[in-house]
Parts: sequence; structure tokens; C-alpha cells
Amino acid sequence: MNVLIAIALLLVAAAGLAVVRERDPLRMAIAVSVQGVVLALLFLLLQAPEVAFAQVVVGTIVIPLMTLFAFVKIHGGAR
Amino acid sequence: MTERARRTVLTAGLLGLLALLGWALADLPPFGTSPPTLGGLLAGRSLEDTHATNAVASIVFDYRAADTLGEEFILFAAVAGIALLLRAQRDEVEATSEDAAPGRDVPPTSDAVHLAGVVFSGGAVLLGGYTIVHGHLTPGGGFQGGVVLAGALLMLYVADDYDTFQRITSMRLLEREEAVGAGLFALVGLAGIVGGTGFLANFLPLGTPGRLVSAGTVPLLNLAVGLAVAAGSVLIVDEFLEQALRIRQRS
Repeated sequence: MNVLIAIALLLVAAAGLAVVRERDPLRMAIAVSVQGVVLALLFLLLQAPEVAFAQVVVGTIVIPLMTLFAFVKIHGGAR
Repeated sequence: MTERARRTVLTAGLLGLLALLGWALADLPPFGTSPPTLGGLLAGRSLEDTHATNAVASIVFDYRAADTLGEEFILFAAVAGIALLLRAQRDEVEATSEDAAPGRDVPPTSDAVHLAGVVFSGGAVLLGGYTIVHGHLTPGGGFQGGVVLAGALLMLYVADDYDTFQRITSMRLLEREEAVGAGLFALVGLAGIVGGTGFLANFLPLGTPGRLVSAGTVPLLNLAVGLAVAAGSVLIVDEFLEQALRIRQRS
């Protein structure tokens, strides 16, 4: 396993840790977004460009957006 | 159970999982080799069988096209379910979107964000269209190009506010586009039966590999999936946007 993949795996682990440790929902959505980007980078390094393509949009844009809107709706807009 | 006991149980479980996972991962073939399994066989044969230079596309749209049909309709059902759940209920009403404080207009987005959103939206439309059309030639395909196209439309929401986004995009058109995409996939499959080959068989002429019109039904199915996924993704996010910004309790 070469150095780039190892670095990408560490970044994914760090981003995942950031998502779990974050309490404020807006910041957590942004952390999920960052993890989406890093995961897409990992997929690209593992020579799976299709998966990376899909991951960039779905994991970085759609998922954080949906979770954020769900939270806003449930908590009535109060931050 | 006290919290301490819970943590001990969790740690024990996680350590066991780690041990088993490590044992399993050690048995994997080294990264980059092509083991003599079905995957290796298909990767070797896909070019001569389908004349598609993208082996993944030939597996997704030719060898295992039935699975992709199932995924298409899963997305379709998900969009339908979301639209059903997130509509205005009996005690809710759809009002104009406004910020949290009453009596305040939505502040306009800054010029930098506006410009960036518009520029990236144009670029994303180009990238998405390219990825869909070249799905059988280069990495990418219908689903990937479709979500990039959806991202392009959502950039317009980032560039401005929700009302402008609603005025620019027509949800009716998107609903029809999604239905057309899913239906086209099924129709191409049925056309295979009518033509005398099997359901979702690659019955169109295969052409020379590397040309834009080649690989039989694969580019057609790519187009269908691209249409359906782009429209479906925008519809999903729009339902969430509408629910968060517009629908409120009837007061």
C-alpha cells in the first residue's frame, strides 16, 4: 500500500472523527461535507473514478444539505 | 447499566471486531492484481463483447443491466416517497420563504457567491453533459453525470435565494424528465424482447470501440440513467428546501 493511499486513509479517519465529535449541526454538516471530499479523494487514489465522481456530489452536497434541512425543520430554525 | 459498564462492553466488542477485520483484510489479494475470478474475466472480455472502452459501463449497462434497472426504480420510488412525505400536510400551509426574524426580507447573496455560483453552474452543466454522453468511453457514466448536472442546478440555489431558484427551474419539467429517464431504460429493455433477443440485451450494432456512437445500447441507457438521476436528485433536494423554507404551521 503506497504512501498516498495511507495518507488518504488517515485523512478519512480524521474527518470521520471530526464529524462524530462535532456538536453544532451546521458545523457537523460542513464536517460531513469535508469527509465527502476526502473520501472521494481516497476513491480516486484507489483507481475507482466512477465512485469518486458520485461521492463528490452525493457525499459533499446532497447529504449535508438534507441533514441540515431536516435539522432546521425539526428545531424550527433555532440554531 | 452504568456508563462505565456500557463503555467496557463497547470496547470489548470493538476490539473483537478489529481483530476479525484485521484477520479478514490480511487475506485480501494485494491491491492492483487481477484475481482469476469473475471480475478478472469480465474485465478481460468486456472490450470484445460490448466494444465499450469503459469496462465498468459495460458491466453496469450490459452484463448486469437488470441490476441497474432495479437501482433506477429504487431512486424513482425514493423520490416519490419523499414527495409524498414532505408535502404540505392538512395543518400546514405553503408561504413565501422568509428568514427566521419576521418582517425581514431575505438578504441578497453577496456578489462573490453569486458570480461563483453562476460560473460553476455553467461549468458543471458542461462536465455533467460530457460525462453522460461519454459514459461508455471514459470513466463516469449516466449516474455520475446525472448527479453533476443536479449539482449544477443546485449551484443556482447557492448563487441566489430559493425564490429565484424556483422561478428558474420548473419542477414539472423535472418530474417529467425523471419519468422519461426511467421509462426509457425500461423501454430499451423491452425493445430487446421485441427484437428477438433477451430483455435488456445489447441488440443495437456495436460499432468500433472508441467512437461516440458505439457499444450498442450502452450510450442509450447511459442517457436514460443520466436524465432520471439528474431530475431525481434535484427533486429530492427541492422537496427538502421547500419543507425547510416554505411550509409552516397554519397559524
